[in-house]
Amino acid sequence: MNPTPVTSGVGAVASDALGFTKVADLIRGRSGGRPQRRAALPGQGDGVELPGGRGSPTVGVLALQGGVQEHVRLLQELGARTVLVRVPADLEGADGPRVDALVLPGGESSTIDRLLRSFGTFEPLRRAIADGVPTLGTCAGLVLLAREVLDAAPGQRSLGVLDVAVRRNAFGPQLDSAEVDLATTLGPARVAFIRAPRVEAAGPQVEVLARRGQGIVAVRQGAVTGVAFHPELTGEPLFHRRLLATRRG
Amino acid sequence: MDPMTLTVTTGSPLVKRGLAEMLKGGVIMDVVTPDQARIAEDAGAVAVMALERVPADIRAQGGVARMSDPDLIAEIIEAVSIPVMAKARIGHFVEAQVLQHLKVDYIDESEVLSPADYAHHIDKHAFTVPFVCGATNLGEALRRIAEGAAMIRSKGEAGTGDVSEATKHIRTIRHEIAVLKATYASSPDELYVAAKELQAPYDLVREVAESGTLPVVLFTAGGVATPADAALMMQLGADGVFVGSGIFKSGDPTRRAAAIVKATALFSDPAAIAEASRGLGEAMVGISVADLPAPHRLAERGW
Repeated sequence: MNPTPVTSGVGAVASDALGFTKVADLIRGRSGGRPQRRAALPGQGDGVELPGGRGSPTVGVLALQGGVQEHVRLLQELGARTVLVRVPADLEGADGPRVDALVLPGGESSTIDRLLRSFGTFEPLRRAIADGVPTLGTCAGLVLLAREVLDAAPGQRSLGVLDVAVRRNAFGPQLDSAEVDLATTLGPARVAFIRAPRVEAAGPQVEVLARRGQGIVAVRQGAVTGVAFHPELTGEPLFHRRLLATRRG
Repeated sequence: MDPMTLTVTTGSPLVKRGLAEMLKGGVIMDVVTPDQARIAEDAGAVAVMALERVPADIRAQGGVARMSDPDLIAEIIEAVSIPVMAKARIGHFVEAQVLQHLKVDYIDESEVLSPADYAHHIDKHAFTVPFVCGATNLGEALRRIAEGAAMIRSKGEAGTGDVSEATKHIRTIRHEIAVLKATYASSPDELYVAAKELQAPYDLVREVAESGTLPVVLFTAGGVATPADAALMMQLGADGVFVGSGIFKSGDPTRRAAAIVKATALFSDPAAIAEASRGLGEAMVGISVADLPAPHRLAERGW
C-alpha cells in the first residue's frame, strides 16, 4: 500500500528547486521533466475527460505556502494539467476562468490565510469555489474551506464554503503526527496526519467520508471535499481521482 | 476489517519529513518571548524558533550558549498555534530528550549554541520528534540526513545580518548536487569515489545523484535581514527561510516580519518584493562576516 520509495520521494519534490525556473515552467504548463522514482500509481496516466470533453482538466493548486509540489505531481500522474495559483489573475483572465478544479494544499493555515488576503486572492478564490469549481482541500486546505475555525490564530479567517467547524491541531503536536490506514467511503486509504485538524461539527448537507476513531476527518458538500490529512504525502490517489471526476457544482 | 481498527505509525521518516514539507515557502522566525512569538504568528510565520537569546546577542555576550529554559519554551508553545521549534546543542542528546518531552514540534541541532560534542552529532533516528540540522555543503547535509535529520538548513553566519555566507552555502549545496547528477549521467561508477570525497553514505549520494535533489526539505538561514534577502534565498533554490536576529533586532519588527513573509511567497516577482520593502525602517545593523575572526564563525561548528 505504501511502497518505501514514497518516503524518499517526498523530499525529492520538495527540494526540486531550480526553484524559479521550475515554477515558471509549471505556470506555462510544461512538466519539469524530473525523474519519477516512485512506483506507478494505480490508474497512472488515465486521461480524465472533462464534462465538456476537451481533454485533461486544468487544476489550480494554491501555491502561496505549503506542500504544493506533492499535489502537482500526483495530479500530473493522474493525467491533469496543473497551474499554480497565487494572485487573482491566476484564477481568472480576460479569456475567462483558467482552472477547472482547485486544490488547497497543506501548509500553515494562518499563513496562507494572511497571504490570500494581502494579495487580494481571498475573495476571488471564495467566489470561484462558491460558484461550483470542484475543490479539494487537504489539512490546512480543509481549515481554509471551513465555515468556522475553532482555536483560530488571532484574526485568522476562512473561506466559509464548507459547512463545518474545524479544530486546528486537534490530534496534538508533531509527536502525535502519524501515518494511518483509514477506511473511507471511497475505499481504504493510507494517509499522513501532520498536526492535523478535525471536523467538530458538520451541517446537514455535509457527507462524512471518513472518521478516525469517533472524529470526522473527511467530508464532502457538493463539489467541495475537505480532508484533515495528507493523501499527497503517501501518494494516495483516491481523493484526487475523485476531484478530477467531479462535475462543476 | 473492523473500520475502527487503525494502523497508526508515529515518528516515521515520512511523518518527520512531512511537517517540513508543510513549512515550504514559509518563514521561520527566532523569538525570545511569548509576545514576540505572537507578533511572528500575526505576521504570517509558519513556525517560530523559541530561544533565550537571538544569535546576535549570543555573539555579543559570548559565553556558553545552551538549550533554553523549559519554562520559556512552554510559554511560547502556549502562546501560539503554529509549530514551535527549539535548539539543542550539537551532540547534546539529553537536551534533545528534554525538548521532546516538552513536546516541541521540531528540534534544531544547532551550531548557534555551543557544541556539546566535538565528534558526534545526535542520533536523530532515536527520537519521535523530527530534527533540522545546519549544513555548509552537500557532504555535511548528507551526514546529518544519515543520522536522521528530517530537514536541512544551510547555515549562513547567524547573528550577523550579512547574507553572504547564506548565499555561499546554498549555492555550494546546489552546485554539488548538480555535479553529482552530471556524474551519475556520464559515469555512474564514479559515485563511489564521490561518496568517499563527500564523506557521506553511498546510498544517499546515489539517491541525490539520481533525483537531483536532497531527500529532505532545504531551508536557508544566517544573515537574512530584508525581504530581498529572503527572495534571494528562494530564487537560489531554498524551500523556505529562517530569520533569526533580522526581525527583532530591526526598527519595526511587526512590519518587517510581514514584509519578509510576503517576499518569500512571491519571491520571483520584483514588483511584489519592492512593495514589501517599502518603509520598513532600520534593518538590523549587523556585522560583516569578513570582519569576524575565524574562531567566532559559528558555521564552522559541525562535523
